[in-house]
Amino acid sequence: MSKDAILQSRPAIHREPLDSANFGVVEKPLSTFEKLYNIGWLRKTLILVVLMVAWEGGARLLHNELLFPTFVATIDALFTGLTSGDLLVKIWASLKVLLMGYGLGIALAATLTAIGIASRIGTDFLETLTSMFNPLPAIALLPIALIWFGLGNGSLVFVLVHSVVWAVALNTHSGFLGVSNTLRMVGRNYGLGGAQYVLKILIPAAFPSILTGLKIGWAFAWRTLIASELVFGVSSGSGGLGWFIYENKNQLEIPNVFAGLLTVILIGLIVENLVFNTAETHTVRKWGMQA
Amino acid sequence: MDMNTQQTDLRPLLDVRDVTLQYKTKAHLVTATYRVNFQVFKSDRYVLLGPSGCGKSTLLKAVGGYMTPTEGEIRLKDKLITRPGPDRMMVFQEFDQLLPWKTVKENVMFPLCATGKQCGKAAEDKAMQYIDKVNLAKFANHYPHMLSGGMKQRVAIARGMAMEPDVLLMDEPFAALDALTRRKMQDELLQLWDDTHFTVLFVTHSIAEAIKCGSRILLLSPHPGQVKAELASTPRDCADPRAAKDLEHEIHKMLFADTIEEKEMHHV
Repeated sequence: MSKDAILQSRPAIHREPLDSANFGVVEKPLSTFEKLYNIGWLRKTLILVVLMVAWEGGARLLHNELLFPTFVATIDALFTGLTSGDLLVKIWASLKVLLMGYGLGIALAATLTAIGIASRIGTDFLETLTSMFNPLPAIALLPIALIWFGLGNGSLVFVLVHSVVWAVALNTHSGFLGVSNTLRMVGRNYGLGGAQYVLKILIPAAFPSILTGLKIGWAFAWRTLIASELVFGVSSGSGGLGWFIYENKNQLEIPNVFAGLLTVILIGLIVENLVFNTAETHTVRKWGMQA
Repeated sequence: MDMNTQQTDLRPLLDVRDVTLQYKTKAHLVTATYRVNFQVFKSDRYVLLGPSGCGKSTLLKAVGGYMTPTEGEIRLKDKLITRPGPDRMMVFQEFDQLLPWKTVKENVMFPLCATGKQCGKAAEDKAMQYIDKVNLAKFANHYPHMLSGGMKQRVAIARGMAMEPDVLLMDEPFAALDALTRRKMQDELLQLWDDTHFTVLFVTHSIAEAIKCGSRILLLSPHPGQVKAELASTPRDCADPRAAKDLEHEIHKMLFADTIEEKEMHHV
């Protein structure tokens, strides 16, 4: 017999699939613990609670109000600050400057990326500017800003714009470059051009990168603001959260210093989890562009 | 040949005359096709067939308006093609051709609205009509990432057809699908054609697919692409199963007669 004939000589096999009732488990609800464990915010809250307990425990062990106040003392200071309205005024002062700088930074970044995608020389222009200024810490510009704009919000907005614009422009631009060629061809197939093409194809397609840029820009702006307020505070009467921290340090009101820091953290957490997370859930996650 | 293609008028819908296409890579100027001639008539299922490197996809891109010929001209309804436009809807091979931020329905509606053809309720009705034709009515509100590859291609076809373009351009639309889905999609495409008799220009490297889906087949030789033959496919109602096999054999011989020592060249 030939080799092939030997291989062919085995009979065919036919089988009936078993009824699924015979299997042990086809589908079974998860246990309550597994269900709870699957809730993202619950896991994060748990982490926060653990951190709070560790803080409280550590501070009590250390037992030094001046170096490291307890969590309870900090919360107490925070509540006093909030209820007296003192802290609220500072928060508002900081947020106002922050939003102004952030908004202007985004607008400028949009203009720069528009120049960047319009032509090849525009791309070079954007890339050169970004590589020049992105590594430059915004705080380093503060002395110059003080000379140009004087003591006041003008200087703060200037450094904020600097801290936001490059991060946003860089991410948006790399997002545009990453848009797949097929999608570009689809857009052109529809006869879209110019602003329509950018608005309806490029921006949504690059949205994951744009959102990342906005997030990084927000964090940079926050950091820069608090840091420059600390420097500023020495010479300026009214100020925001940074000034609040600096002022209380001078008066050795350490729980207030911690309350100020906690406020910065809380605002960061709220913006990250409420604003950006909501934006992500309703855009890039819904579209399956990000897991 | 199908009866319908014979009764249509004698002026070609799409006229490709002496088209030479060249593109530049980092190091070379590559001639993709050399003086290619062909005419597509209304309701043709016209297939561009050839081995890789015969410039068939480049040719389709030129018809799509994404490339300008260095020699010759391409005319659609006597109008010179200079840029991409919605009168030639493209269906690409890639699954990422749908806009991920739009649902199936919105994806089909978008070009209707963006080109100012139809908007609002009318566009929605038309979109649903074609989504229904490709059997995806149940998935109209799904986002592309929830669909399988075959379903995405069906949406892309519905999107192309809803625009009712002069000619539908398909660039190996089923090449990225598994063999079973691919056969199903070919049958569905033919059913759709039976419904609306649209004109389609179809690129493939599968001889069997060309014979099954095409009414006319243009054979191209590689490096650079030149027309080797233009054949009529076997009629779909042909009773003799050997006819298709014979044609397949004939095409195979023509394509591979002089390629005993064919070197695979890759231009990136």
